[in-house]
Amino acid sequence: MAKFHTLYTAIELIGPIDSGLPGESRGRPQQPLTGYSKLLGRIGEAQIGPLYLGTEGVISLVCGFVAVEIIGLNMWASVDWNVVNFVKLLPFLSLDPPPAKYGLHLPPLHDGGWWIMAGFFLTLALIFWWVRMYRRARATGIGVHIPWAFASAIWLYLCLGFIRPILMGSWSEAVPFGVISHLNWTATFSLRYGNLFYNPFHMLSIVFLYGSALLFAMHGGTILAVARFGGERETREIVDRGSAAERAALFWRWTMGFNATFESIHRWCWWFATLTPLVGGIGILLTGTVVDNWYLWGVKHGIAPDYPSVVDDRPPPPGLFDPKPYLPPK
Amino acid sequence: MLGGTLFDFWVGPFFVGLFGVTTMVFTLVGVGLILYGAAIGPTWALFKISINPPPLHYGLGFAPLRDGGLWQWITFCALGAFISWALRQVEVARKLGMGLHVPAGFSAAIFAYFVLVVLRPFLLGAWGYGFPYGIMSHLDWVSDVGYQYLHFHYNPAHMIAVTCFFTTCFMLALHSGEILGAANPGGDEPVKYGEHESIYFRDTIGYSIGELGIHRLGYLLAINAAVWSGICMLMAGPFWTRGWPYWYDWYLNFPIWSASGAQ
Repeated sequence: MAKFHTLYTAIELIGPIDSGLPGESRGRPQQPLTGYSKLLGRIGEAQIGPLYLGTEGVISLVCGFVAVEIIGLNMWASVDWNVVNFVKLLPFLSLDPPPAKYGLHLPPLHDGGWWIMAGFFLTLALIFWWVRMYRRARATGIGVHIPWAFASAIWLYLCLGFIRPILMGSWSEAVPFGVISHLNWTATFSLRYGNLFYNPFHMLSIVFLYGSALLFAMHGGTILAVARFGGERETREIVDRGSAAERAALFWRWTMGFNATFESIHRWCWWFATLTPLVGGIGILLTGTVVDNWYLWGVKHGIAPDYPSVVDDRPPPPGLFDPKPYLPPK
Repeated sequence: MLGGTLFDFWVGPFFVGLFGVTTMVFTLVGVGLILYGAAIGPTWALFKISINPPPLHYGLGFAPLRDGGLWQWITFCALGAFISWALRQVEVARKLGMGLHVPAGFSAAIFAYFVLVVLRPFLLGAWGYGFPYGIMSHLDWVSDVGYQYLHFHYNPAHMIAVTCFFTTCFMLALHSGEILGAANPGGDEPVKYGEHESIYFRDTIGYSIGELGIHRLGYLLAINAAVWSGICMLMAGPFWTRGWPYWYDWYLNFPIWSASGAQ
């Protein structure tokens, strides 16, 4: 009998912790931090852990901790180490990149240097986490599709905070660390470069982002709708198609004349999710380097719409444009 | 479901049914009106074509066809087509003995569209508050409405919606990468199943939500992205008229701050 089951039931089973496959340790040191969460069991698996640490994992966590500490302590310092103000203003506090006068040089710590150091450690943490995702996939004997999708997100992060600032010749172009401050940066960036909605790569990125939500709603909904036939065991259905896959396929074939397979739907999903940050990064790199004003770029290439004059609908106040007496339109 | 066996047939791969017929009628009329609107408009340049809602002074009344009336009828047809499509999905799902999760999820998207072009304009008192139907013009509308509230990123429901969108994309990458990786391990590795999928995520992030759970999570995230998008627009105007940055005043003026010595 197969070891692994998904039980389509409201009953939560609590038993010995599943610590992997016997005889296939593949260098997995056992971690003591395991347990069950009844709440998590309501939506998915109840078991928590065991977590694999490993060298890259430890380095990544330490680097990430250092980055968060630098950001948090700088924010705390910015309110004169007042604890209540720190808590109160936390969403509004920010660790900003260096001012433009430093260009790509190293600024003093208090004037953007901490931002560079936080970015350095955060980047290290991401890269080591990527290596960890890659090596764990190999150790588990699965393909490395997740690491490469993750690389696409790291690409967007590097475009925003590293590659584009270098192309522009100043670290001041990068994104600040802060909840509200990064939103302010985003709005300012769009205004500074003449409306980012006119950036075709921004358009594509939004299409893939919304498409990802559409695909997950369609795919998640389909699998949940055929869970009564065991449809959530997707890899089994890929290699040995059963009633769940047949019905899911027929549902879309009858609805929209086309259906993906249990494998190809994940290829659609993977490309949509991966292309979102990939094309987004291209759009960021072109902004300010190749194109200075996306709205004027749109006008030049004939995509900016012309609107009917609102003056025709609303007569201007008397005497505004014409010295003659104002007559209401007939 | 409705219509007995009269429309119970297929055209090629497409199931028809009563709601297939209504979908086609609404779609043909709606697309025809869009083409007519483009024809009497100033341009055939695809990105510039725009079917605008009526000017505000028509309020909630009918507008002449050339002055927003087309937009009103296209909106009516679009909602008719979307709702027919959802009901058709219900029919197909029932034929196949499946759950109704797909049409239920689709309803969240219809809700967001309904809020934008019917509910919010109705609450604000003019159809002119709907968004124009055009590739670039609807983007201009989004910019314009955003800046009317100074900075739309501060809208808390907008924050939730964007978070749901990004998280959905993130989870979709993890899930699809996991399934593709298990089915295509490369080299001489045998195909992997749920056991290994769980091991990978327990190893890397300490928790595997499981094969059924990931679809629940993704489905709920995607639906919430659409629902909160609708809520964030419903709040902007009918229930909040100032700039969104001012919304945080209640938080900054919370009595606990002054009581505990904050400035």
